[in-house]
Amino acid sequence: MAFNHKDLLGIRELSVEEINSILDTAESFKEVSRRSIKKVPTLRGKTIINFFFEASTRTRTSFEIAAKRLSADAINISASTSSVTKGETLIDTARNLEAMAPDAIVIRHPTPGVPHQLARLIDAAIINGGDGAHEHPTQALLDAFTIRERKGRIHGLQVAIIGDIMHSRVARSNTHLLTKMGAHLRIAGPRTLIPTQYEKIVEDSEGSLTVCDRIEDAISGSDVVMMLRIQRERMSDAFFPSLKEYSIQYGLTAKRLELAASDAIVMHPGPVNRGVEISSEVVDSAHSLVLDQVTNGVAIRMAVLFLLAGGKTEAHSD
Amino acid sequence: MKLLIKGGRIIDPESGFDRVADLLIEDGRVAQVGSSLSESGVEIFDAAGLIVAPGFIDLHVHLREPGEEYKETVASGAEAAVAGGFTSICAMPNTKPVNDNASVTRYIIDKAREARLANVYPVGAITRGSMGEELAEIAEMKEAGAIAISDDGRPVMNSQVMRHAMEYARDHNLVVVDHCQDTCLSAGGVMNEGRYSTLLGLKGMSVAAEDNHVSRDVILSEVTGARVHIAHISTGGAVEMVRRAKGRGLSVTCEVTPHHLALTDESVLGFDTNTKMNPPLRSEADRLVLIEAVRDGAIDAIATDHAPHHADEKMLEYDRAPFGVIGLETALGVVLTVLHHQSGIALTRIVEMLTIGPARAFGLPRGTLAAGAIADVTIFDADREWTVDARRFKSKSRNTPFGGWKLRGRVAATFVEGREVFRAE
Ligand SMILES: [Zn+2]
Ligand SMILES: [Zn+2]
Repeated sequence: MAFNHKDLLGIRELSVEEINSILDTAESFKEVSRRSIKKVPTLRGKTIINFFFEASTRTRTSFEIAAKRLSADAINISASTSSVTKGETLIDTARNLEAMAPDAIVIRHPTPGVPHQLARLIDAAIINGGDGAHEHPTQALLDAFTIRERKGRIHGLQVAIIGDIMHSRVARSNTHLLTKMGAHLRIAGPRTLIPTQYEKIVEDSEGSLTVCDRIEDAISGSDVVMMLRIQRERMSDAFFPSLKEYSIQYGLTAKRLELAASDAIVMHPGPVNRGVEISSEVVDSAHSLVLDQVTNGVAIRMAVLFLLAGGKTEAHSD
Repeated sequence: MKLLIKGGRIIDPESGFDRVADLLIEDGRVAQVGSSLSESGVEIFDAAGLIVAPGFIDLHVHLREPGEEYKETVASGAEAAVAGGFTSICAMPNTKPVNDNASVTRYIIDKAREARLANVYPVGAITRGSMGEELAEIAEMKEAGAIAISDDGRPVMNSQVMRHAMEYARDHNLVVVDHCQDTCLSAGGVMNEGRYSTLLGLKGMSVAAEDNHVSRDVILSEVTGARVHIAHISTGGAVEMVRRAKGRGLSVTCEVTPHHLALTDESVLGFDTNTKMNPPLRSEADRLVLIEAVRDGAIDAIATDHAPHHADEKMLEYDRAPFGVIGLETALGVVLTVLHHQSGIALTRIVEMLTIGPARAFGLPRGTLAAGAIADVTIFDADREWTVDARRFKSKSRNTPFGGWKLRGRVAATFVEGREVFRAE
């Protein structure tokens, strides 16, 4: 397997081969999830810490299930239960984590870069479970897995990503991943929520990235429509006037979806705000792969844990 | 007490003097500059192959005393200053308590006197507590020794308060130093807004925040006739506004930091919190404009914005870490490397930006080696290569973005009023 990193911090640093290697590994683990006994002994005796500074039942549960299906011991630490308080330095945090002798640590944090900073201080494999608006690599990988599973390829597909790009790590990781894999991305949303020079964040790739002025331009002819969750608190920072206006101007309705390819698939990283960024009618339609994304999330996280915490032999058994 | 500095290339931009010569110092003043001076009973400093310049003046340092002596004291900051070739430093008022009254001003001056290293010129606050509301006791601080006023780090957003500050400062012949940043536009920002903030998902500070504030200050300078000095200018737009203001004869000056001349926001990749300062590292395009503005004279001074922080405070999440980097001991090496060796800017011009440029901006009676001048002298080797090792700094803090950098240009010795205060090993 072509994957030789200590950590998984982001998609931007990965090559196409490495991405394919994770997706292929996930393929074999998805099969485990279909068995009646959904467990393999691959990571028996290994310790995985889920270190979450932000509430996220969905991602944490997905990593926890993935660890358990690989027979690893999974420990959940959330900001409220850990000793982490304001004023503790990252070095203290790192030492406390190391004291538990983990093989891998999944970190979710509201500040970009915290997994990167900790990765320099900790020997265990660090998996970025989402750092602020920066990256969420396992989400992008599960999205790619889901697209590949349904469409048979990613190369050459037209993909629309709609909504709050500015605060979205999902958008950034998907932008890196899908362009690397040769997809053509079209981004749209209120200008207030599209960060400056977004079209310049990707390196040269076989894919492309365009920021559209209108949501209709982004959706037209798309094979994949990815909707992002809108946070209510963005209103207070004057990004948009009201959820009602947002849903009318930028929400994905069945009518707007008609602009996409007839076999277009609709994705959402969850949790969905029904009737805001996406209508119930669309969420519940045959186009929607929201539940497949959840299922595939476990397979991707099993693959990532296996590749980062698995292959190593026990050090110093004497 | 006499000192003869022999055989160095003396560069004194104020008088236009630039050739190999000897410098005789007597009783803390420059006695004579000339060829083959000889004198009996003098101490000799052999400056062959070295540059002999007026002592450097840094218009912008944070000494942290009173209140945060674990980061820096007046004495440790002054020691770092002379090690970096700075014989005079201007201490920003954001101490704890804020230097907004004469007793704090006097306290800083007393501490500097005890240290007997660099000259320390306190900068008083513009407003009480630098809260941006009521004027501080500006005239009393001036009596006590303050040489300028600033609410550095807490820009005065209320334009009417700023207008009054300028009018009042004009009455007392003090320059108003402004950290230019529209804090509504930059709210929550931790780095420059641009491709890299977008890539990293960190909240950006738009160049518009600085440009907007600079343009306001230029307008108020015209309205009030006050002398205005733009601290740590960092954007191409702001430079353009200062250039135009000067062209119209307004009393507007500005300074630039070594880090804004050497680094860009690309350095934030990797999330090293020693790349976090305010104003933030800007784009490569801005950096190139700053270098050209140094060359053509639109910028008056190099100032370090030396801002010490303890390693524990910097070792935090990027958005929680404090703004600021230290710079006194790397300034000369960085500016010589970037401006002279890489960009071909003449040594005379660089020395000017470190001496008479800042002296004029704040009206300080230093910055020249003309006969009779106060004998603050910095001797440096413009070509000597060295590697930055923060552990060897005299400063109490280590928060430099230049750790491990190979620089060209190093201080050999520093004299304040004819007295040796630093000599390199
Ligand atoms: Zn400042
Ligand atoms: Zn400052």
